[in-house]
Amino acid sequence: MQQNSISPETILPHLFRQEYTKITAVLCRYFGLRHIETAEDIASETFLKASENWAVNGVPISPTAWLYTVAKNKAKDYFKHLAVFETQVKKELPTETEQESHTFEFDIKIIADSQLAMIFAVCNPTNSTETQICLALQILCGFSVEEIANAFLTKTETIKKRLQRARNNLRNENFQIRELGATDVQQRLDIVLKTLYLLFNEGYFSKTNNKLIRKELCAEAVRLTLVLIKNQLTNTPQTNALLALMCFQSSRLEARINDNGEVVLFEQQDTNLWDQTLIEKGNYYLVNACDGQGISKYHLEAGIAYWHTTLANETKWPHILQLYNQLILLEYSPVTALNRTFAFARVYGNEKAIHEAEQLKLTENSYYHGLLGHLYTNIDFEKAINHYQMAVELTKSKTEKQTLTKEIERIKEKQIG
Amino acid sequence: MNWLGHIAAQNKLADKGNTLLPIPGSAKTVRPDNVVTDGPYTEIKEFISGYIIVRVENIEEAVELAKSNPIFKIGGNIEVREVLKRN
Repeated sequence: MQQNSISPETILPHLFRQEYTKITAVLCRYFGLRHIETAEDIASETFLKASENWAVNGVPISPTAWLYTVAKNKAKDYFKHLAVFETQVKKELPTETEQESHTFEFDIKIIADSQLAMIFAVCNPTNSTETQICLALQILCGFSVEEIANAFLTKTETIKKRLQRARNNLRNENFQIRELGATDVQQRLDIVLKTLYLLFNEGYFSKTNNKLIRKELCAEAVRLTLVLIKNQLTNTPQTNALLALMCFQSSRLEARINDNGEVVLFEQQDTNLWDQTLIEKGNYYLVNACDGQGISKYHLEAGIAYWHTTLANETKWPHILQLYNQLILLEYSPVTALNRTFAFARVYGNEKAIHEAEQLKLTENSYYHGLLGHLYTNIDFEKAINHYQMAVELTKSKTEKQTLTKEIERIKEKQIG
Repeated sequence: MNWLGHIAAQNKLADKGNTLLPIPGSAKTVRPDNVVTDGPYTEIKEFISGYIIVRVENIEEAVELAKSNPIFKIGGNIEVREVLKRN
């Protein structure tokens, strides 16, 4: 057999991330989601065999083709040898999949279709937001329970329980893994986009200090959104707007977190670290997103993120404020209200913005106090410190606490000086 | 836009309403006996340019919100009315 010069240790983890979920998705097309565990077992065994075989024989020229062939054979064996199939599984399989079930195919179209359908299957409106993201990370991104627990700073037991519930839903719902139909798209695209949006935010505003995990979560969200872009039915203006938003935000990932995992505030970021290629990609998708057929919250957020990639100029903040005005009309959220007030301050000054902010009355929100602390900084030291202290008490994030405490110290220094 | 955003940011905007077009031909008044005339403008000095619905505890709170509307700068005024919700 011909060999590749790459070592199995370098290529396997990378391939696992990429191919494990694909293999599982394709197998679920034949087995049905009810038997997702079997599909996952076969995918795992495939990788186990690869690690054993490649260590001895070297990495094959086309590693993915090798993996697909092994997975295919393992699936065939499963059907052939397992008596369980005859007695239990077969009668549960609908007749149309039964015919397909003995000719497993792993061509590009089947992989793409299965992957897309899997995204739609996972994004079930009955799951809670957190559960949804956990499930997406496990089934669509191939994260282990430990990795998910690390990303959420949660105990593995909690994650396991969440996943168990979500997987029960997934199995019982019997969503068909096949080429997506117009009805599926109509019914679920919104929830799919929302899940990907939240997955991205989980990375971007993560609770964890680990830069690597954060980057990976963002990259996974981008990868899955790209799967939607590649299919005609799901390549909608909203999807493009969401991808544009992700590109713009990702462009600042490197500048936004320092080597200690601390958040670097926008003004203090090294703009040389902004990724221009990603900004250009963002522009490309944002242009694609505008077809004159109305705008979504992703359009507005992408618009705001676009302005953040530009350097300070006179029109920047008025534009951002107008976009926030539109966004808050579309959907109220405390975060949007607070961000709008920040933009308001940049346009009309901190004093007017304080008046605007105090009317929001979000006294239980740490960001509310963080914002007021910021606005009062050069106006009233005492009030600024008070608000920052309340923010420290209210926030659950360790990184956030550090950033806020630093601000308090800075003000105290100013006060003395 | 800032004014609407200001109300929405307090989560008090129940309906952003609509702006009524202030151009000729965009309004008709229907009277008894099938009499149709142009606009409301010809008969009365004032015309309604739009409406929004806010979610507040009492009418005073709504009045407070109305006070910062930019329409006053061009000589307009605002009528605050309580809405009876249809079932």
